[in-house]
Amino acid sequence: MLKLAALKKKKEAGGGTERAGGDGTTASADGVSVANASNALAAASRLRLQRDITELDVSDRVSVQFPDANDLTRFVVAVRPPEGHYRGGWFRFAFEVPPTYPHAPPRVRCLTRVFHPNIDEQGNVCLNILREEWKPVLSLNSILYGLQHLFLEPNAEDGLNREAAQLLMSHPNEFRARVTQWMRREAATGASSSRGR
Amino acid sequence: MDTLAVKWSAMDRLLGHSGPFAGSDFVTDDDDSVKQFIRYECRVLVVGAGALGCEMLKSLAMCGFSQLHVVDVDTIDLSNLNRQFLFREPDMGQSKAEVAARALQRRVPSCRVQAHHVDLTTLTPEFYRQFHVVVAGLDSIEARRWLNATLVSLVQCEHDAETPDPSTVIPMVDGGTEGLAGQARVILPRLSACFECTLSLFPMEARAFPLCTLASTPRLPEHCIEYASAVLWPQSERGRDAPLDVHDPGQVQWVYERAVERAEAFGIGGVTYALTLGVLRGVVPAVASTNAMIGSACALEVLKLATHLARPLNDWMAYNGAHGVYVYPFANERRPDCAVCGRPAPLRLRLPRSATLNDLLEVVAAHAELRARRPSIVSDSRPLYMATPPALQEATRVNLPKRLADQLQLPSRAADRLEYLLSLTDPSMPLGRQLLVVLEEADAAQPATDDTVEREA
Repeated sequence: MLKLAALKKKKEAGGGTERAGGDGTTASADGVSVANASNALAAASRLRLQRDITELDVSDRVSVQFPDANDLTRFVVAVRPPEGHYRGGWFRFAFEVPPTYPHAPPRVRCLTRVFHPNIDEQGNVCLNILREEWKPVLSLNSILYGLQHLFLEPNAEDGLNREAAQLLMSHPNEFRARVTQWMRREAATGASSSRGR
Repeated sequence: MDTLAVKWSAMDRLLGHSGPFAGSDFVTDDDDSVKQFIRYECRVLVVGAGALGCEMLKSLAMCGFSQLHVVDVDTIDLSNLNRQFLFREPDMGQSKAEVAARALQRRVPSCRVQAHHVDLTTLTPEFYRQFHVVVAGLDSIEARRWLNATLVSLVQCEHDAETPDPSTVIPMVDGGTEGLAGQARVILPRLSACFECTLSLFPMEARAFPLCTLASTPRLPEHCIEYASAVLWPQSERGRDAPLDVHDPGQVQWVYERAVERAEAFGIGGVTYALTLGVLRGVVPAVASTNAMIGSACALEVLKLATHLARPLNDWMAYNGAHGVYVYPFANERRPDCAVCGRPAPLRLRLPRSATLNDLLEVVAAHAELRARRPSIVSDSRPLYMATPPALQEATRVNLPKRLADQLQLPSRAADRLEYLLSLTDPSMPLGRQLLVVLEEADAAQPATDDTVEREA
């Protein structure tokens, strides 16, 4: 509603040199400017990842480890739910960030074996923002929050591990017992039973 | 006559006829449509409900703007009451935004004010998108940088990806005061100079030290004071729960004592209580009349933008009340390589060949265009230094004293120098920045100070 259109017209009438420059660049879509554009894109992608990593919301409930401190694109996030069925466990996830981030989401696999409706035996994780609902405005922190939420409120209606989903709906007490049993086994055997990467 | 009628009769006078300063498509408001727009449609966000925010809210409401939102994370303190006139003594400790909204609505019942008692950076782009104009009375450069970058990011371009779609442009009117001096500014994101375009015009703050220098190699008394307040305080028993209150003499004393201990440990002299106070708060008295001038100037710009009754400020004005009443307007230009609204080129930094990573961090902290105090620096995707998360800080901290030339491989080589492309991010920087670090033979390069740092032509 603001009458900015008039301002813009005035700017154009005033022979804005910067506009002419801008138009020139668009017109000459030659190889050089395309290469520059893709370099700029890669640089923007790296800057974005770097920034997202420095903003990771780590706490006593979420830790982040970099197996290779020289590679920012691969890291392991461990989540410790403060309440709910999964209270007290540490659940580890491997993150792999593609060069197209943030236009494509990171690939996330669960490294800890867990009895969970939305995490299967192979470590696939069913979280909407990791797939269809990913948007570039979301950040690594959005995924961290999403993963934490998954342990506070497992979603039985959208089950990836069918058995766990059905048990959660039909026999919540039995579900809880199975979760605890799996967590004990995982704690006892430790990393040895965890999936490798 | 009720207040509303008085208000509108003044507005009728302004909107009823054209004048030499009217915008090119100003039309006299014969059918009241402009007044209707102000009254029912024009959504204005006031960011900051401090001294300037109170002035802005009052002036906007008295102009007839009736769809106001106000954001402020702060609570009311005794020392605010002399100039933040929407607050009274019983309001102390309460949210500035909420009390301001209530007080304004009591005085101007036709005005609807929604309060948001939150940090402005926690609000989503969708929240900001709903406004016609955003007016800011903030107290820090960081907050302005953030708001500016957010509003620039909301501008959508037409299919040539170059021409901004003017209907998505949300003007930012920014006011600022310091003692008897003040400034007001109109930013039309992607159409005129943005806040980041002219960032280098601000003087550097005295406290621009990178945290790693404070932690590892303090050299100045200021380093020790800053270390005590920025690092030791948050670890202390009281500091765990609340940020340092620079107005609490006990807490200032605590910082002073820790700074003295640290200075002694590193053999640094000159830490005094007075210096501690000076470092902790750049004491500048707040002057109510300055805030009134600047708040009104900002509200007037909002009115001009909404009605076109006069052309908006192009694009900055300074007010100086120290020597009479002096007002000076200035037109800033857009920077084609602005890091926020342009096509940023890597920033070129020249350092001696023997420079360490720590030297580089000091340069980026003191650089007028970067001001990166908690920088993280990455080469390709290999981190050289990461300020956070802790796991990476620990892993990369060992690099600080190492020479850059030893840590980086495969530079592009010119005759007598080495060039490296690095990427820098920092909490104060909205987007981060590419750096082109040039290491030169010691005799060719000056010590890495501000004047040896230049932009690529």
